[in-house]
Amino acid sequence: MKKILSMTLAAVMCLALFAGCSSTKTETSPAADASAAPTTEALSGTVATNGSTSMEKVIAALSEAFMAKNPDVVVTYDATGSGAGITAATDGTTDIGLSSRDLKTEETGLDATVIAVDGIAIVLNKSNTVTDLTIEQIASIAKGEVTNWKDVGGPDSPIVFVGREAGSGTRDGFETIVNVKDACKYEQELTSTGAVVAAVAANENAIGYVSLSTVGDTVSAIKVGGVACTEATVLDGTYKLQRNFNLITKQGTELSAAAKAFIEFALSDEAGAYIEKAGAIQPK
Amino acid sequence: MKARNITEKVMNVIFVICGMISIVAVVGISVYMIISGLPAIREIGLIDFLFGQVWKSTASEPLFGILPFILSSISATFGAILIGVPIGLLMSVFLSKIASPKLASAVRPAVELLAGIPSVVYGLVGMIVLVPLIMDVFGVKSGSTLFAAIIVLAVMILPSIVSISENSLNAVPKKYEEASLALGATKIETIFKVSVPAAKSGITAGIVLGIGRAIGEAMAVMMVAGNVANMPKLFGSVRLLTTAISSEMSYASGLQKQALFSIGLVLFVFIMIINVVLNRLLKGGQKDAN
Repeated sequence: MKKILSMTLAAVMCLALFAGCSSTKTETSPAADASAAPTTEALSGTVATNGSTSMEKVIAALSEAFMAKNPDVVVTYDATGSGAGITAATDGTTDIGLSSRDLKTEETGLDATVIAVDGIAIVLNKSNTVTDLTIEQIASIAKGEVTNWKDVGGPDSPIVFVGREAGSGTRDGFETIVNVKDACKYEQELTSTGAVVAAVAANENAIGYVSLSTVGDTVSAIKVGGVACTEATVLDGTYKLQRNFNLITKQGTELSAAAKAFIEFALSDEAGAYIEKAGAIQPK
Repeated sequence: MKARNITEKVMNVIFVICGMISIVAVVGISVYMIISGLPAIREIGLIDFLFGQVWKSTASEPLFGILPFILSSISATFGAILIGVPIGLLMSVFLSKIASPKLASAVRPAVELLAGIPSVVYGLVGMIVLVPLIMDVFGVKSGSTLFAAIIVLAVMILPSIVSISENSLNAVPKKYEEASLALGATKIETIFKVSVPAAKSGITAGIVLGIGRAIGEAMAVMMVAGNVANMPKLFGSVRLLTTAISSEMSYASGLQKQALFSIGLVLFVFIMIINVVLNRLLKGGQKDAN
């Protein structure tokens, strides 16, 4: 535990050093008094982001587009996990913390801005007759308490539960929402969404979870608690297997112009396409 | 005259440097593995690490026991040897002693090609063809099992066994076999009682090389074995030492990452032991020939 802490701390310190370097560069540049005309002047400097591994794709897509628009800005990303991202935002060691869970009540003094919503689809083999499962049923399947499809209204055949490897953001999201953290009994642990889809498509007994955007035609996404998994049901909150991607900022601290612009960009309509391409949905 | 001397000297230095690169690489990797692998072992405890039966690297109370990985790796390798060695040995006998030169020259490139196929392709074919096949044939609920890994590894180690065994069978002096035949032994008797025993050390070297390849393979195994940290069961999902590292490394941090390095160190020790054995065998073979 102590090791993890010290490692994170070291990483965060490196980042802070980096951020420090670039801000001095900003001062020497002619556009130093950006505060005078923050929107028209060319932005420069570094925007440090730190946190959720699940948000990697979204942040990568957003920062790439943002950096293309503002060539003098560098957006950095540290994949440390939501908890570490929130801590970094609290300590002020990063500009923007990234969290794929909402803030807990005890995590005060922070602002969370939802930039994207991620739906997690439960996928079955095409030949499976089951079309609807409750979250409780999914939880007991994941924990290995229910091992035959006939117990959840399907044919008399064993259930093969396919998931992602430890550390995967989708796995973390699924296990957190379904409340089966560290209690899952997997039959296969695969290292990519594509592999999960392929495994489910190849095995008629299989059940797996993938990000909503990656459900193809080869597997069928079932209803959860009677609600189909679509962008619409994720957005209106009726589909339960979903989570928010948050940008965490510290209350009462002035963000750099570049960081502000990045958050504005992430919320803009223009960013919607990039977020969608990265497999999530922009809230409206 | 002088220019020539300088060229000679410069080239000499370049040769020496190139020769040293492999040593630098081996020493560098060894030192790095030991330095990065030891901290986690020290923190977890050697006994808990090597003999712990539960691997839960991202749990809130993480457990880092790699006994399932070690046993899975050993059983997958052992299984692959069990299937691959008889086939490989008979194949090399066929190529060296039985096939007509024409037929042998058609089979040999095929075997050599087998060695050149990238492991991800083995994995892909295994995943798409072998895994569903195992599910149908054996009626198990999931085909991604230790058995699938064994089959894939058995095919992958064939080339190393065949090529080395064939070479050493070819090196058996003709007069041995002629003497055997002259004494009235049949061709088959000659092969198994004279040629194979005479080529024993080369064949063993091929097998050890095969073990090395099987225990070090990650990609193909990852695609067919299911990757769950279970104790090995023939028709159960398993995770090997190699796949344990590659499946978690991309997101790992802190002690989890260090523990993955430690797994690497364990694997490294395994491979070193195999290499030492291999060297002994090859040297032994040379002594026999002299």
